[in-house]
Amino acid sequence: MAATAPHITTEMVQARLKGQKADVSGAIFKYLLWACLGVVLISLIALIYSVSGEGLEKLNARGLLNFMNAPFSIRPERTGVYQGIVGTVTSAVIVALVAFPLGVCAAIYLEEYASDNWFTRLVDVVTRNLAGVPAVVYGLLGLAIFVRGPLEGLTGGRSVLSAGLTLAVLALPIVIITSAEAIRAVPQSLREGGYGVGATRWEVTRTLVLPNALPAILTGTILALARALGEAAPLLLVGAKDSVFSGGDWGDLRGDFTALPSIITDWSTRPAENWNASTQAAILVTLAIVLGMNTVGILLRNRFDKKK
Amino acid sequence: MTTSEPTIVQRPVVAEQSAAGPANPAVVYETNDLAVFYGAFKAVRDVNINIHQHEITAFIGPSGCGKTTVLRCFNRMNDLIDIARVEGKLLYHGIDLYDRAVNPVEVRRRVGMVFQKPNPFPKSIYENIAYGPRLAGLAKKGSALDEIVEHSLRQAALWDEVKDRLNDSALGLSGGQQQRLCIGRALAVNPEVVLMDEPCSALDPIATGRIEDLMEEIKKRYTIIIVTHNMQQAARVSDRCAFFTTEVNEVSDTRTGMLVEYDTTDKMFSNPSDERTENYVTGRFG
Repeated sequence: MAATAPHITTEMVQARLKGQKADVSGAIFKYLLWACLGVVLISLIALIYSVSGEGLEKLNARGLLNFMNAPFSIRPERTGVYQGIVGTVTSAVIVALVAFPLGVCAAIYLEEYASDNWFTRLVDVVTRNLAGVPAVVYGLLGLAIFVRGPLEGLTGGRSVLSAGLTLAVLALPIVIITSAEAIRAVPQSLREGGYGVGATRWEVTRTLVLPNALPAILTGTILALARALGEAAPLLLVGAKDSVFSGGDWGDLRGDFTALPSIITDWSTRPAENWNASTQAAILVTLAIVLGMNTVGILLRNRFDKKK
Repeated sequence: MTTSEPTIVQRPVVAEQSAAGPANPAVVYETNDLAVFYGAFKAVRDVNINIHQHEITAFIGPSGCGKTTVLRCFNRMNDLIDIARVEGKLLYHGIDLYDRAVNPVEVRRRVGMVFQKPNPFPKSIYENIAYGPRLAGLAKKGSALDEIVEHSLRQAALWDEVKDRLNDSALGLSGGQQQRLCIGRALAVNPEVVLMDEPCSALDPIATGRIEDLMEEIKKRYTIIIVTHNMQQAARVSDRCAFFTTEVNEVSDTRTGMLVEYDTTDKMFSNPSDERTENYVTGRFG
């Protein structure tokens, strides 16, 4: 080596290796990332802080269970979110039952069965656009189809069933996109291994592709569910009613209903000052429910992940 | 492409009889001007080959000459690529493999495949082997399935190393063990033919040696076609050898693979008929 590169000495190598040359752009990028994380955390903390003052006080004074079990009342000191919890949990179940199987099946079709042609590419683009459509548009869709449209007979009009189906349609594009991405991430060599021993397409999909994609599919579904449950606009359009008549019977899918986001919207617009604390308490309950659902989802995902 | 037919097609490429070669056992595959296209692109053309039972046939040649593409025709694995299309005839026991009536799933059950990179399923060692037999309905569970698993692992020369940890994940095995597991997985459905696509390219020489010994052992029961970049490997293990090369089309600046010569391995490595084969096997080209 000395003959070909006589100018390199041990001292030079040592000096090079030890010399600290600052990686300026790398450092800037790192701090930028920290800043992004900071913005997200600060917004979350600010949100919790702004509702936790009066809201927590309210919950302490009333008792969490009392607040959660009390139905709506025109007197803010007696009102509760019971009907909202029933509506939100019921619509969550409907969204999960409708959007998850439909979305996963659509994704399987697009990724495993359909050939790559102009039609599937069009479907892909349309689905991505649908995921970005404002929620209020889905509310109008729900109003036209589930509440007043051809399915009124099934849903009973302004019902929790209409709301759940509308939210399911809203969540569907997100479920399809994330499921398709999860399925695409399964290595092709795994599929080939299955086909190589004479598995059919369905057998490869069922025994190899889906089990491997399931954790990521569940993650996507949870995110879609959380987004759908947080939407108030579609609920208002399909007729969430915040009153003493707002249903609240478990299993009454076709009757009057309300849900937590529409309760928050309604209470926050009431002029009287003493509704503020109740609104904040309702927000805390909503956050807790969404957090609880996410936790269940993550636990499920981890379970499937370990099975692998 | 149609105007410049290569000289090689003029004389019969298939060496049915060769003085130095082995006796001719039954023919499993017979191809007649087989060509594969990816969309409009002609990947490989004019493949005329007879594959004989209980022999190891090696496909050699430089990168991009279509060896793997041709191999993947033999169990219709190319069906998985939307734009792949096959022309010419590919007969398996006299049946046109690309006939509409032929079920590719059934073909793949009879013609197993081992891939370049070991691709065990993310399941236990036992489940990897049991996967095929279960789907094929050979055995659903219990001692019948246990027997198939043990027999397959023994054939793949892996049993002694894994018999105490059959329920461990296959992903915990070494690369060489994983590849032998994949061979065992292919053998578990009792195929007639085993296609091997550079099965040793990701393995060290010791693991490679074990797999070559294994091939020598199982060829009594199976017919093996192997794609390899390693000429020594082809010379060591194969009975017959097909040399592919690429031909540049200057108009479209594309490369099309083609079969140059097919003969017994002895002849291919000692006294090939084609100059290009000689250059390749002596290391002057490719």
